[in-house]
Amino acid sequence: MTKTTPLWEVFIRPRNGLSHKHVGSLHASDKTMAINAARDVYTRRNEGTSIWVVPSISITASDPDKADENFEPSEDKIYRHPTFYDIPEDIGHM
Amino acid sequence: MYSQGLINSDTQIEESQEFLDAFQARIDAEEKIEPNDVMPQAYKKMLVRQIAQHAHSEIVGMLPEGNWVTRAPSLRRKAALLAKVQDEGGHGLYLYSAAETLGVSREELTEQLVTGKAKFSSIFNYPTLSWADIGAIGWLVDGAAIMNQIPLCRCSYGPYARAMIRVCKEESFHQRQGYELMMSLAQGTEKQKQMAQDALNRWWWPSVMMFGPHDAESTHSDQSMRWKIKRFTNDDLRQKFINATVPQATFIDLKIPDKDLRWNDDKEGYDHGPIDWAEFWNVVKGNGPMARDRITARKKAWDEGEWVRDAAHAYAEKRRAEKIAAE
Amino acid sequence: MSSNLTQALLELADDNLILGHRLSEWCGHAPMLEEDLALPNMGLDLIGTARTLYSYAGTIESNNKSEDDLAFLRDEREFLNCLLVERPNVNFAHTVLKQLYFSTFMKLYWNEALNSKDEIIVGVAGKAKKEMSYHIRHSGEWVIRLGDGTTESNKKLLEAVDALHIYTNELFFDTPNNIYFIKKDILPSRKALKSKWEKEINSIFKMAFVPYPEFEGELSGGRLGLHGEELGHLLASMQSVHRAHPGAKW
Repeated sequence: MTKTTPLWEVFIRPRNGLSHKHVGSLHASDKTMAINAARDVYTRRNEGTSIWVVPSISITASDPDKADENFEPSEDKIYRHPTFYDIPEDIGHM
Repeated sequence: MYSQGLINSDTQIEESQEFLDAFQARIDAEEKIEPNDVMPQAYKKMLVRQIAQHAHSEIVGMLPEGNWVTRAPSLRRKAALLAKVQDEGGHGLYLYSAAETLGVSREELTEQLVTGKAKFSSIFNYPTLSWADIGAIGWLVDGAAIMNQIPLCRCSYGPYARAMIRVCKEESFHQRQGYELMMSLAQGTEKQKQMAQDALNRWWWPSVMMFGPHDAESTHSDQSMRWKIKRFTNDDLRQKFINATVPQATFIDLKIPDKDLRWNDDKEGYDHGPIDWAEFWNVVKGNGPMARDRITARKKAWDEGEWVRDAAHAYAEKRRAEKIAAE
Repeated sequence: MSSNLTQALLELADDNLILGHRLSEWCGHAPMLEEDLALPNMGLDLIGTARTLYSYAGTIESNNKSEDDLAFLRDEREFLNCLLVERPNVNFAHTVLKQLYFSTFMKLYWNEALNSKDEIIVGVAGKAKKEMSYHIRHSGEWVIRLGDGTTESNKKLLEAVDALHIYTNELFFDTPNNIYFIKKDILPSRKALKSKWEKEINSIFKMAFVPYPEFEGELSGGRLGLHGEELGHLLASMQSVHRAHPGAKW
């Protein structure tokens, strides 16, 4: 069986002022090759102005089994949203 | 597309009816399934099968068109074709990545392909015999592929749907370049016209067959539709393709090689002649004229590339060792 | 005397087209999928530059020729590319080394060409210089990894150096025709770029554990239309469809 080439996640900044966004992944033996490959694979149509590559194994993800306890508690905290508060229309935009 | 940590964890769960119903309810509510979500084994298996097959098709699909890159008759066509074949490689890469989120590695997928175990679209087992075949492939084969791929952008599995969005965006030029190429031949010299008609004659039926067997004979179709991996049936998509393509052929004065083809007012679509399923199954079983050559070519590239991949690994290993030694 | 700018442009265009063509031969056969995308990217850059140069050459001096006339209707003896670019791909080591040699040279060349009095040449140079920077990076990183990778890859790289280095001296050959345009500040001198080129190649060779070749001597003749036998086969393939249909449009 052949050796496996590490997997990398690719993030591209479409243009300055926007944040880097995950666009996909690729295989490369090291970080320099990963940046080059990301450029060749994911920016063939003017997609970006900056590239990040991250070894996939370096990403720590939240546990899907804990999705309920992680995310549901914020659902009822509606006072964190502006529409929770009543302001008379006469005040105009606030 | 996701780290090993994010890749489907393969948690063994009791697939009770309750679990399956809950999963189906999520699908019915148009919720997307992501790699780390629990999913029925059969759903995962179906996805791996389909995504891998799709990816292999893109990879093998580089070969028939690549066969003409070095002979493209103008520099404009040469650049367009090279960019298109390159895209196919990219699409294979995006799709392999999507399959990897389900826990199969690129290396495993490649091994499947080069050992002849993998399935890929049988259309690529036909040879490209003239420059017009490049036009026919872009127009018909990519045209048929797009019919299949656009609904896949809404497929229930997130990574597959996202890969397909990227693929469809990039492919939008493929069919146009094929049709434009065909048009320039159809409006050209007598010899060019003959070349175009001959290519259409050879690629029409294989393209129509690309949608797979009739719905009644399609084994995975029902479950795939229920899980919203697939959104339209084979016959629906085939009909859409024929309806779209016939007027395009008429417009450039080429004749579709089907004497039974005629407009049906009632169904507002074309009726077509019988499909030669014996040929279809024969090619699917690996007896297409180029089937063995395609696998051999990919195996050759993979085997001959091994020392290059090994060199890159060895270099990375040395740098890692140096870094550890320095710490 | 300006009647030979065409020749000078063809030298440049032919270099780019032939090497671009060689890269396109890899499409679908690279050592890994990522490289199946990288090699055509470089090929497309070179073909793009060739097209601009052919189009320019076709319009000056009442040539009235299209880019395709120039690419598809000239014979071996009329092609003016240097021998290096027509060398067959052989394997990945040959391919990336050839690319490193050529792109290192062309980056220096286009950098000087930015000072040309010819606006079109300045335009081509501005775009191509950036492309060459990436080609150097891509091929250079590979040369380093092959050289400092495994025993096998190091051996294959050394074989490639042995096979290809002898063609590099021709890169620096200024034809009498070109000297006229060098004096007019239209084209840069190739000869003047040699020491910089050697320094840059040497710095990559050091990282790749490749001893810089000591041997004297060169193989050349491409600028005079005296090619190796491989070019004829490349052209036979490249021009076959175009030539089988005289006057046809594509």
